[in-house]
Amino acid sequence: MIELLPLLETLCAAPGLSGNESPVREIIEQTWRPYTDELSVSRLGSLHALKHGSAPEPRPSILIATHMDAIGLMVTGIVNGLLRVTEIGGLDARVLPGQLVTVHGRQEIPGIIVQPPAHLLPAHAQSGPVPIKYLLVDTGLRARQVNQQVRTGDLISFAQEPTQLQGDTLAGRSLDNRASVAALSLCLEQLHTRNHAWDVWAVATTQEEETMGGARTSAFELRPKLAVAVDVTWGKSPGSPDHLTFALGKGPTLGWGPNVHPGLHQSIRKIAEQIEMPFALEAMPRHSGTDAFAIQVAAQGIPTMVITIPLRYMHTPVEVVALKDIQRTARLLTEFISQLEIDYMEKLLLEESS
Amino acid sequence: MSADTVKRDNAPKIRAAQIRLLERLCNASAVSGDEGEVRSIVLDEIRSHADQVEVDSIGNVLATKLGKSRHRKKRLRVMLAAHMDEIGFMLIHREDSSIFRFDTVGGIDVRQLVGKPVLVGQDHIPGVIGTKPIHLTTSNERKNTISLDALRIDIGLDSNPKVKVGDRATFATRFTRIGPSLRAKALDDRLGVATLIQLVKHAPENIDLLAAFTVQEEVGLRGAQVAAYTFDPDVGIALDSTPAIDLPDWEQEAGQEENSFYNTKLDGGPAIYLADSATLADPRLIRHFADTAEAAGIPFQFRQPGGGGTDAGAIHRSRAGIPSISVSVPARYLHTAAGIARLSDWRHTLTLLHTALTKMTPSLLSEPR
Repeated sequence: MIELLPLLETLCAAPGLSGNESPVREIIEQTWRPYTDELSVSRLGSLHALKHGSAPEPRPSILIATHMDAIGLMVTGIVNGLLRVTEIGGLDARVLPGQLVTVHGRQEIPGIIVQPPAHLLPAHAQSGPVPIKYLLVDTGLRARQVNQQVRTGDLISFAQEPTQLQGDTLAGRSLDNRASVAALSLCLEQLHTRNHAWDVWAVATTQEEETMGGARTSAFELRPKLAVAVDVTWGKSPGSPDHLTFALGKGPTLGWGPNVHPGLHQSIRKIAEQIEMPFALEAMPRHSGTDAFAIQVAAQGIPTMVITIPLRYMHTPVEVVALKDIQRTARLLTEFISQLEIDYMEKLLLEESS
Repeated sequence: MSADTVKRDNAPKIRAAQIRLLERLCNASAVSGDEGEVRSIVLDEIRSHADQVEVDSIGNVLATKLGKSRHRKKRLRVMLAAHMDEIGFMLIHREDSSIFRFDTVGGIDVRQLVGKPVLVGQDHIPGVIGTKPIHLTTSNERKNTISLDALRIDIGLDSNPKVKVGDRATFATRFTRIGPSLRAKALDDRLGVATLIQLVKHAPENIDLLAAFTVQEEVGLRGAQVAAYTFDPDVGIALDSTPAIDLPDWEQEAGQEENSFYNTKLDGGPAIYLADSATLADPRLIRHFADTAEAAGIPFQFRQPGGGGTDAGAIHRSRAGIPSISVSVPARYLHTAAGIARLSDWRHTLTLLHTALTKMTPSLLSEPR
């Protein structure tokens, strides 16, 4: 039995920056192993877990993609025992000063991101936000120790511990996209006791925050008939525009736009309505900003859908998610997968039927 | 073995128990005006060691430890002040069941607030200060500082009856030891508080030690002002933590210019003050501390003269004037979510203070100023 909160806390606490996902992958592997039939790792590091369907072979398969990589920093140089850094994934430099981090050197070393005072910065950076290239990371170690333990290219993760807030919410780092990994884990557990005709490929993808290389190559290798990318979306929060954000605790969003197959969207929407699950429609007029962008055009093309979980303060170390939305996302996936008929592809239409 | 070495060996030591106490002090929430949590730790620690302990009308803890000399005039009355309060926040408006506007208390760079976890009130209810996701910002927007006006403290999806307007909040950072360093919020001035607790417990017998654990230092040295009046001491010494700005200059890497404005440096030992915005240190006390350190082989540094201020700013102007000085533990990144100090600097600070106090006699003040 998977307990959501401890799983999510464990997933968020695990390092796994884009391109270096193995620490979190090992946890996901352990979590998925009891509920799946075959596990393997792709050439780019994505975790592929196959759960056999009940229909006779050859069976169609659906791929559920949740990226497991996290944003963070990388060491670019060392000055007097202090680290200079660059970003991995999209970071607003204004979020960085004063953040606690873990430097993955020869061992894990705690550190702080430091904003040097104006008089130590070049003239153009002396007021306003300090660009990342001028920030430093201080480990509290003396220069000699730092030079022994850290080198250029070492990764730096945020260190903010997951914290429970009011109303069954969790705040912390890397909830983008470990919240979706947790949802897929719950889905696999639920499918274990449900009949489903289709094969299910649960995939924890790599490098979404940088190149989407994980999702693109896994979709190519596994050639599913259908795919759903599960990711996070912008939660309603102070300062964020109302028309682009979604309330926490009101269910997942169903993506709609060029990255989404209209017929597949309709089918999933019908399931949500059938089980009376609250959801919001998320208009994604161009790039969905999710793995769906890459999966949709893998090989000869794959009908793809996007489901997202609202998350406040995305790409900060204090992202906030409502546990209820993760549970609902899991349930929606489970219901859709278990109701997939063996001839679904023959009935799937690109154009909306009126 | 020289006499000085013997004296140093008598000085109180910082060991595991003292570091654990500093940890408790740093993790406690005590924003200016709401110092109760630190005050109760202080009272528990010192009550059985002092001759007299009182909490005054503004919340200072005033503890007296009398010297042993029968001749009262042979005992210098030395006031030592360490402030219990820290910088932080106050919730000023409930915008939603769980979203609050807040204001800052004490000197805080607003650029240090974004994306931080906080603890609200004496029950330490967790919350976060978030911001708009990078995806929804424009590159022009990212060139501007996020103003306090745009920030909120968010405690989740539901209200909590323990969180209300008027509550204080602090950064949520927990105390950690890293190699030679201590990393925590509120090192300014829990380092001073922890030092003063040790001095009360190991008070030199040649002086009357008047310990003031003060309130409201960060909002104008207000606790120290009344504490100095009450104690009416011969000498005032503020124990504080002062910025170490010993970071590389960006230009230095191109071989241009060294950072010559560092205030103090980590590993430089206790920082003896000469002049800041609030106090010109008494030259006799500067000499006394520097000479003591040199004679006893205790590393020390002079804090570069410049801005800033400590409780000495209020103490030296009390009544008819009180010769005063400050001695601080250097620490990086004070007034942010996490500072860094060296354990060795703290140890040397305690040793220097204890040794210097042991050598203080009324003749110190008969020297020409």
